[in-house]
Amino acid sequence: MCGIVGIYLKNKKYHKDLGKLLTVMMNNMATRGPDSAGFAIYSPEKKKKFKYSVCFQKNDSKSFKKIISKEIKDAKIKVISDHLVIETSSHPSKVLNIIKNFEDLNLVGYGNSIEIFKQVGNPKDVVKEFSLEKFSGTHAIGHTRMATESAITTDGSHPYSTGEDECLVHNGSLSNHNNLRRTLKKRGVEIKSQNDTEVAAGYISDGLSNKKSLKETLIEGLKDLDGFYTFISGTKKGMAIVRDEIACKPAVVAETKDYVAIASEFQAMAHLPNVNKAKIFEPEPGLVYSWGE
Amino acid sequence: MKLNLKKETLRNVNEFLQNVDLKSNNRSFKITNPDGNHAICAGLKEEIEVTIDGHAGYYCAGMNMNADIIINGNVGTGVGENMMSGTVHVKGNASQSAGATAHGGTLIIDGNTSSRCGISMKGIDIIVKGSVGHMSAFMAQSGNLVICGDAGDALGDSIYEAKIFIIGKVKSLGADCEEKKMNEKDKKILKSLLKKAGINEKTFSNFKMYGSARKLYNFNIDNVSEY
Repeated sequence: MCGIVGIYLKNKKYHKDLGKLLTVMMNNMATRGPDSAGFAIYSPEKKKKFKYSVCFQKNDSKSFKKIISKEIKDAKIKVISDHLVIETSSHPSKVLNIIKNFEDLNLVGYGNSIEIFKQVGNPKDVVKEFSLEKFSGTHAIGHTRMATESAITTDGSHPYSTGEDECLVHNGSLSNHNNLRRTLKKRGVEIKSQNDTEVAAGYISDGLSNKKSLKETLIEGLKDLDGFYTFISGTKKGMAIVRDEIACKPAVVAETKDYVAIASEFQAMAHLPNVNKAKIFEPEPGLVYSWGE
Repeated sequence: MKLNLKKETLRNVNEFLQNVDLKSNNRSFKITNPDGNHAICAGLKEEIEVTIDGHAGYYCAGMNMNADIIINGNVGTGVGENMMSGTVHVKGNASQSAGATAHGGTLIIDGNTSSRCGISMKGIDIIVKGSVGHMSAFMAQSGNLVICGDAGDALGDSIYEAKIFIIGKVKSLGADCEEKKMNEKDKKILKSLLKKAGINEKTFSNFKMYGSARKLYNFNIDNVSEY
């Protein structure tokens, strides 16, 4: 089943509450996906700074922090549960190689703006574990997973990020992901897991790296991605949603002058400010909607 | 009588409404703070009136018998699914599969519905004042679907003996669905449904009617290579 949520804040007044708003959205979608949960938070970029979100599975964070501080001089490291976020002006070409040297470290996302956290467990526990309520930012995307296509692991949890400041969450399943994975790998896209959604994320990265917009990439994806899906995809600038032509997988959008919220079901947004005055609609099958992009 | 879903559990509210004390004179109820919860007012059996003040989730008023239910908001998937009788009136939009498999009663939707409205309907009357999504009236067996707006792809695919009345554009017809000529009986049915939904009866002449071409009813030897 899976639950997906996204919120894009148009009014700066709400930036400080981003984490709080997303927490309730995810809690209300816990019944749709009790296996694991994850979220991506976008906050205004700091000049020339990169953030690397890393999940450490066996490594203790202290020894890793020491090594990182040695190798990257200006690294500021924040540890939350089994994740750490490294903030530095060092370029991805350098940092990604350092992280790769550690076997038990998993890069879950990086960029100027994005931070990603994901973990196995009930979404209500996961958001507490990462103190999601404390986060602020401009937009955010979340996922609650009921596993189908691959195992219940952090690797199999969403959001997937296969490019700078990109992320994707998915409700559904893809049927041509093995073929597409081979094609994308040949084109140089890095895909780590056996999960179908990561392939779709790789597909989007491939489109964006070829100077296509997110909207254009998703429109092309309607032809190339076979299966059932509602996707919410995020970039530094905003987010987009698309449903396949058959549209078995649900989605509702609520838009006010202050925000755009997307969720699998309305109950995920019943708590949002002035939602009863919002324009509420279901995205049409096979159409791409985007905000800020 | 007010039932507040912020204070009472959904299970308690539904159980209370399903077992209303018929000796009491209280037959009118209002549910507040529905907040998109699922299965609100499912399985009601008695002639009571319930107003839901806000947006409801999946399977709202499912299996309804006798009750008149008004929703002052939108509803999720499967509103009035499998209902037997009574009236369900949605003041906003409905999601997929509105009135699915329903045997009787009336479902009125003031806004639009998304895909598969009236899928496998078995006798219900559905009146949609807006438009319906793709695959509406799929395998519809009996009853009437009135659409005052447009219809998406594959309207009435594999339809049996249900009737579809529509004013707007049909994006495409499904297999074995064709336009039919309205006879006096059909016009009478349409007029009474328009009246029920508070729509001017005189607009009946703007409607076109669709139904089954009945070509899928029997095995056709010419199609043997298709199997």
